[in-house]
Amino acid sequence: MAGAPTAGIQKTIDDPRLQLAIYSATGRLVSHRAGSIRADLLPEYQELRTRAHELKRHTIDHLDHYLEQFESNVVAHAGKVIFCRDAQEVADFVLGLAKERHARLIVKSKSMTTEEIDFNERLEHHQLEAVETDLGEYILQLAHQRPYHIVAPALHMTRYDVAEVFTKSLGVEKEVEPENQTKIARAVLREKFLRADIGVTGANFLVADSGAVVVVENEGNARLTSSAPRIHIAIAGIEKVIPRAQDLAVYLNLLGRSATGQPLSVYTSFLSGPRRADDLDGPDEFYVILLDNGRTMLLVDPEKRESLFCIRCGACLNHCPVYRKIGGHNYPWIYSGPIGAIITPQFHGVMQHPWLPFASSLCGACAEVCPVKIDIPKVLLKLRAEVTEAKSREGKGGIERFAFRMFAWMMTHPKIYLPLASIGKKFLPVLPKLGPLGKWASQRELPKPASQSFHKWWADRQVR
Amino acid sequence: MTSREQILTSIRSALGRTAGQSVPPLPQPVLRVPYSDHKALVDTFVQSLEKLAGKAIVVRAAADVVPALAKILEGKRLVASNASYLENCGIRALPNLQTGFTDPAAWREACATADIGITSVDYALASTGTFVMLASQQEARLESLLPPVHIAVFPRSRIVANLDALLGLLPLPAEQTSSMVLITGPSRTADIEQILIRGVHGPGEVYAVIVEEN
Amino acid sequence: MIFHAHTRWNRVKERVSLFVTCIVDQVVPKVGIAMTEVLERLGYQVDFPAAQTCCGQPTFNSGYWAAAANVARHFLEVFREADYVVVPSGSCTSMITHHFEDMFKDDARLLEETHRLSPRVWEFSKFLLEVANVDDVGARFDGAVTYHDSCHALRELRIKDGPRRLLSKVQGLTLREMEPAEECCGFGGTFCVKFPEVSGGMGRTKLESIRKTEAGTVVSIDASCLMQIQGVIDRARLPIRTMHLAEVLASR
Repeated sequence: MAGAPTAGIQKTIDDPRLQLAIYSATGRLVSHRAGSIRADLLPEYQELRTRAHELKRHTIDHLDHYLEQFESNVVAHAGKVIFCRDAQEVADFVLGLAKERHARLIVKSKSMTTEEIDFNERLEHHQLEAVETDLGEYILQLAHQRPYHIVAPALHMTRYDVAEVFTKSLGVEKEVEPENQTKIARAVLREKFLRADIGVTGANFLVADSGAVVVVENEGNARLTSSAPRIHIAIAGIEKVIPRAQDLAVYLNLLGRSATGQPLSVYTSFLSGPRRADDLDGPDEFYVILLDNGRTMLLVDPEKRESLFCIRCGACLNHCPVYRKIGGHNYPWIYSGPIGAIITPQFHGVMQHPWLPFASSLCGACAEVCPVKIDIPKVLLKLRAEVTEAKSREGKGGIERFAFRMFAWMMTHPKIYLPLASIGKKFLPVLPKLGPLGKWASQRELPKPASQSFHKWWADRQVR
Repeated sequence: MTSREQILTSIRSALGRTAGQSVPPLPQPVLRVPYSDHKALVDTFVQSLEKLAGKAIVVRAAADVVPALAKILEGKRLVASNASYLENCGIRALPNLQTGFTDPAAWREACATADIGITSVDYALASTGTFVMLASQQEARLESLLPPVHIAVFPRSRIVANLDALLGLLPLPAEQTSSMVLITGPSRTADIEQILIRGVHGPGEVYAVIVEEN
Repeated sequence: MIFHAHTRWNRVKERVSLFVTCIVDQVVPKVGIAMTEVLERLGYQVDFPAAQTCCGQPTFNSGYWAAAANVARHFLEVFREADYVVVPSGSCTSMITHHFEDMFKDDARLLEETHRLSPRVWEFSKFLLEVANVDDVGARFDGAVTYHDSCHALRELRIKDGPRRLLSKVQGLTLREMEPAEECCGFGGTFCVKFPEVSGGMGRTKLESIRKTEAGTVVSIDASCLMQIQGVIDRARLPIRTMHLAEVLASR
């Protein structure tokens, strides 16, 4: 389709090693998730999903209220809240703070939100070192690559790729054993954690009644990032807020299972404010940056608003037959898979990547596994209608529009459509393989249409 | 207009709300606590932790803790939190162990160089083999994080069924602490070729010593 | 003895109207013929409103909702008087029962007509099991088949066990489940020609699952899926055939 990264897609499909890596990694996550939500282990699974959806709907429908409640509780626990409209405001704040505090080194734990705003790049230009500490993200940072998957960022890389990256960037001897590669990263990053001035994390949830951020992880780097440096900054989209700490019973029971099949991830941190009077460790300063960056635009249409319910588990990616073929790098933004397909057009405008909502067979596997029951196919269909309307306004896509209008007209005029179809079919074998016919034939054999339609068979039968 | 005002105004405009407008009440949270008898709690906790390659040791009395850990602790650099329960078990009195810190810098150095960090827990979750630790005068953050081995010693009375039970007991953790951490097994990653590796940044080995008597 | 009105021995000739779908009409009318045979065998009086064409799904899925609404309106007109509308396709059925209302949000009259007709529109296997109340239609088919779960049928209409139950009653038939059975075949309407390389890739992955069963026939309740699967099979020059469930049930 016009504008789609066809060459990149074809390259990914033609690469057997990459296809195997994507398919087996996502396949493993699919089967782990299925194992963890079995009816005997979690009989309340469907009920949890419904409640998760309804709680998010309530919160998002009253987002201003819950953001204000969150803010006042952060402040009550000696933290500070900074509202930022866009990437530049975040960078300005962090740079300003770093300058005031004479900070030189920042450690970061995994946060798609910070990728969204090119956080590291913006700081680089100001002599501030910002180091990723999540193993996968660290490897990608050294390799100058984008994450391939929301939860498993280096899914596409082999141990040999990792070995090459480490040798090139760290000057270490070639090491291909993942266990030892991990040890190398651990040693390098341990030193950074203990020397860093500022720790930047994301937040899986912002808890309004507590003024707390919840950070979920498996490695321990987010704990170190938020505990070792004297300043902790949590950066989160405004949609991450949930009303009460007790609502975590719903979300935490769903998140780990949906993402990796773990009933609980290894570390769940519930952090509110800087260290208290008696604490022996923990940050002296605690900031939460609430990022808009276009999220308020996604609030406007009540039928697409649920796109903001996402808790970034990655289940939709793992189950999507399209993602499993084309991989994460063929999507135009850092959010890939089905969730990426619905939020990218809403953040960037449908005409930026008009092909994206159409890159789906609407199979619905994503909606079936989404822990917060986002009806992704419904939003895709709405976006498709918005694309055709936008194209019409901009004077584009006239040929396709005409073809579908003609098709629809034919389908409302059977007396013309039916005889035309029976004549047209006779020419099918000799028609040049142009347009849709050619596209079909590029991948599979064409069907042989029957010599007489069902209409004809029935009409003949009535006569007999 | 500040960014804050602009963002809140955009939100209200998109939602058709006015400043200070009320919000309909939320349904009460539903917390499911499937079981609560002591034997079930201990057995389930042990099973859950062992599934994660953690190790569980159940002893009868506080006096049995140190002997049970003797081999593991031998020859290692040890650091322990100021938890009063560790006092009860005689852990804090161990000769080669550092504890009782008041200076943050010295504390950090001790944790960074220790082989084993010993703590108690505030709660433990049976369904998932989880330690719940609240930062306080008794428990800090780094001793369960920096050393490559973490040992948590606690009486079985601190075990509750699951996360729902914990949130029922502790609806507002922020009132009590700046940091509540749920620790479920050893640190791990599968970032390289989906191969499971333990001990990435946090401890790669985790022990629970559960004391049965009150 | 009390004869239930629906038992095949004493059925009052209830009328069902066929909506064969544009693909069956033009490409595989044998599916419609098979459906007719099975329904008549069960004692139904089958009629076929000749003005029928399409449910509008290709147009709707491509984002041309106004044009699709015209096609949908035509459908509502054609089938207004039907007692039952039986459809050999999960995706066309769900288009009618789940998506017509998306297009008629601002038209109370059409919305009402849709809500009146929807409960009478039945995917074929569901009709047999839940309206005709039969699972054994007296069919015979010798051989091993594997069943493909069409996405719209599976996820929008929750059709999973029904066709398998019907197949289990076919004499001589062995059902071998493919693993995984629920993965999309790659058709997806215009998706198959807008993103042919992805669609082809998905079809070939499906083919791998099929081959592992060593079944000689692939069965589904959606002719569009079967068209995609057969196309991929034929390109790979394999001797596997595809059959619609109706064709299997009509076999003697």
